[in-house]
Amino acid sequence: MSNITSTAIEPSGRKPKKFITTERFIVYSVLSLCAVFFLFPLYIMIITSLKDIQAIQAGNIFIPTMHPTFTAWEKAWNSACTGLYCEGIKVGFWNSVRITGPSVIVSIAVASLTGYSLANWPFKFSEAFFTVLLVSSFIPYVVMLYPLVIITRWLGIYSTLPAVVLVHTIFGLPILTLLFRNYFSSLPQELFKAARVDGAGYWRIFFQVFAPMSVPIFTVAVILQVTGIWNDFLFGVIYAGPTNYPMTVQLNNIVNSVQGGKEYNVDMAATILTGIVPLAIYFFSGKYFVRGIAAGAVKG
Amino acid sequence: MDRPNPLFRNLSSKIASIPMMLIVLGVFVGGTAWTVLFSFTNIKILPLFTPSEWWNGYVGWANYDRLFHADRWMNCPALSKIGQDGWEFSCTGALPNVVTYAVLSIIISISIGFLLAVFMDQKIRLEGVFRTIYLYPFALSFIVTGHVWAWIMSPEYGLQAAVRQLGWASFSFGWIADRQMVMYAIVIAGIWQGSGFVMALMLAGLRGIDEEIWKAAKIDGISTWRTYLQIVLPMMKPVLVTTFVIVSSGAVRIYDLVVAITDGGPGISSDVPTRYIYQNFSANLGQSLSASTCMLVAMAFILIPWIRLEFGKKA
Amino acid sequence: MMKANANSTPSVSVRGLALNYGAVQVLKALDLDIAEGEFLVLLGPSGCGKSTLLNCVAGLLEPSEGQVFIKGKNVTWEEPKDRGIGMVFQSYALYPQMTVERNLSFGLRVAGMDKGEIAQRVKRASEMLQLEPLMSRKPTALSGGQRQRVAIGRALVRDVDVFLFDEPLSNLDAKLRAELRVEIKRLHQRLGNTMIYVTHDQIEAMTLADRIAVMRGGVIQQLDAPQTIYNKPKNLYVAGFIGSPSMNFLKGDIEGNGDSAIFKLGKQKILLKDYMADAPLKPGKAVLGVRPEHIQLDMAASKAGSDAYKATVDLVEPMGSDSLVWLKLEDVIMSARVESNQHFDVGQKVDVRFRIGLASVFDEASGDRL
Repeated sequence: MSNITSTAIEPSGRKPKKFITTERFIVYSVLSLCAVFFLFPLYIMIITSLKDIQAIQAGNIFIPTMHPTFTAWEKAWNSACTGLYCEGIKVGFWNSVRITGPSVIVSIAVASLTGYSLANWPFKFSEAFFTVLLVSSFIPYVVMLYPLVIITRWLGIYSTLPAVVLVHTIFGLPILTLLFRNYFSSLPQELFKAARVDGAGYWRIFFQVFAPMSVPIFTVAVILQVTGIWNDFLFGVIYAGPTNYPMTVQLNNIVNSVQGGKEYNVDMAATILTGIVPLAIYFFSGKYFVRGIAAGAVKG
Repeated sequence: MDRPNPLFRNLSSKIASIPMMLIVLGVFVGGTAWTVLFSFTNIKILPLFTPSEWWNGYVGWANYDRLFHADRWMNCPALSKIGQDGWEFSCTGALPNVVTYAVLSIIISISIGFLLAVFMDQKIRLEGVFRTIYLYPFALSFIVTGHVWAWIMSPEYGLQAAVRQLGWASFSFGWIADRQMVMYAIVIAGIWQGSGFVMALMLAGLRGIDEEIWKAAKIDGISTWRTYLQIVLPMMKPVLVTTFVIVSSGAVRIYDLVVAITDGGPGISSDVPTRYIYQNFSANLGQSLSASTCMLVAMAFILIPWIRLEFGKKA
Repeated sequence: MMKANANSTPSVSVRGLALNYGAVQVLKALDLDIAEGEFLVLLGPSGCGKSTLLNCVAGLLEPSEGQVFIKGKNVTWEEPKDRGIGMVFQSYALYPQMTVERNLSFGLRVAGMDKGEIAQRVKRASEMLQLEPLMSRKPTALSGGQRQRVAIGRALVRDVDVFLFDEPLSNLDAKLRAELRVEIKRLHQRLGNTMIYVTHDQIEAMTLADRIAVMRGGVIQQLDAPQTIYNKPKNLYVAGFIGSPSMNFLKGDIEGNGDSAIFKLGKQKILLKDYMADAPLKPGKAVLGVRPEHIQLDMAASKAGSDAYKATVDLVEPMGSDSLVWLKLEDVIMSARVESNQHFDVGQKVDVRFRIGLASVFDEASGDRL
């Protein structure tokens, strides 16, 4: 071997890298392909809703129309048929609002206080109750469907708004309590002790010390609940009563109704309208949404 | 001086916890007990409560018997063929449907989720954009997802028609209308909705891996893929178990998605347990209750790996 | 100990190494030569660049400029596994799902080494570090000290010339730290390999190093043997960093020149003729640095001499073997170490004598030693 090994370039500083390595190419390709897979239904929803009937009959599901129009949207909102009535899905929208609002408030109020009690003011058997509560979150809800019908009938609220609010509170309790309990446990205990030494009691500490510090967790809880309750179908169908059917139920009725033939553009417009609220929350809340999911995923 | 009654100590906390206590006892414990116990009676529509009513109506396993003989629940004509061509998975009915759905969902969504998470872990640009795209389906209702995919998979107007229009006249994708294939079509929609969530869980797990492990592996000369498979993946066992439990418990409960896509059709070939149970509330309450109890038992089985993990830690 | 041979190729060299994160310069044009078999410690507070430098030598970080040489070979673009290094981390970084035996052998297996050779290396390392009884255990079943020894073993089996340590003892409690410190020193004596060791703990640095590189802001402030750094710190920063309790700093002026220069502190003056300066002293603003143990305290003599300062006792901290006396000298608070049998009361007037020969004088503006 020659003594003179001449390297054309003496290695120094950054290693020269190809701009696109095979690895990077594969990674970005796969990620992009999957992105297309996830995005194309949204695309199809939108372009279908902007077509008129002839465009749908004649056209291709993937190709947008040359003459987009919002007539389908207007019809979906105002005059689509959801069973006996043809007043559009706006009825369902307001029903969903009337269901979601109180359900979110009640479920979070109950769960936050419960979590607070468990974390800071435990009493005999409180941990036992909590354990049973957590285990209960694994019980398939079908098991409790009929008993809840019995209970709500007995309370005289079956097929009304309070019934569905109650049901959402009940089924939201395990996860939300876990969320709040863990959060309150993670707040500095010295703060709590100092407040007690100062003479504050249960309610005062909650409202004046902890609650102001808990905005993040309340945000996560609200997002979790609003999304879950808005998107619910079964509890709305069973417990709310026909005058209170949420948007999801109305949507299903619109799509399945055969009055006057299927209007796919109206169906898609109605679908988008139903999905807009949780989607908007998702896009605007970013990391809180992810935290909510992670929290929902942490069971025990 | 009188000792204060311990019942009144910490009163506010106890009062505030009354809802929880009522719910736990009345709904979760009470409701579950009621369903299980009365699945052994010949209950009709009128709900029975008292022990004597229960005793009067006791019929043993009769409901379960009828349940498993109901074709809509489970019909496995090919079970007798085991041994000839191996395991013949040609059962039909709600229960086999949900098993198909659950098994495929778990395998596919965890695989896709893990793969995507690994790629997302590679310090890519636009990570936020990709993550937003993968996760947004999770924010939608199953009804929304179901109707969109029903539209996409519709034979006359959807994918099949579109591809044929573009030239491939023999292309067929009529799964949604095919009794044998319809559950697979539903699986596709379910994976579209849920894989992003699995990816988010896996990515969080990957990010929890100590960076120095990566450095040590690099010094040892271990390639990236090998590090992921032989070092990182075993370290992620808790995350994998959690994901498995979440995905499978969601899969066995499936209802909205089926109602939206096919409403159990064609015919009843895509029926699933929750729908079956709900539909039989009026006509066949006893069967519904026994089917619910079966779901409860199934959940207990699903929880086994998680329980082993948790109690293994304390050992 | 280091076998110094000025003519031999350095074991590790760094030339003009710089690393920028955007606008932030973490390392600035570093040059460093480490002799074969030397134990070099990179010492400094967090953020000074010491770990960054180590990671660049290891190949885990890419420098923006400059070159790294190991055993004469330019390894700037080489992968870590091809640089002939082994590394030990602060959090041990043991593969948690593998036994000790597998942890040690995994890298060798992946490299496709012959099984007999692997077994031999693993045996040698486990003997040296007393790991034999632990071979089939998993990291979770080991104590902190045991885990760190396995981490060292993992580097040992690679049979390399250079060992890199990234704050390996920082996760251990004080007692374990002291024990493992001794083990590492013994290991170095036995193996004789070049070792580069990063720490923020000056005691580790002083006890382990053949040479210490004190770093700050990405620049090496001083590179010398421990005693030299201790006795002749190059600037104010190094002087204040090394030594516990830390050096006293007295701001004042130099008057006069060369041998007849005096240090004026407030109204008092002290002769500097014993001071070993690098260059003849000139008048100007200066800082006098004296270590507490180089100060002599006596009861105030009635006659004022020009070799002592007048001060008042502010506080006394008895520390068992000796005491630390805090004094007020011309509005400056300083500390002096005295034997524990010397007794001082608060408010007492004392004569303070400095051992100027062991002191340091720094230019006030630049902080450099004069």
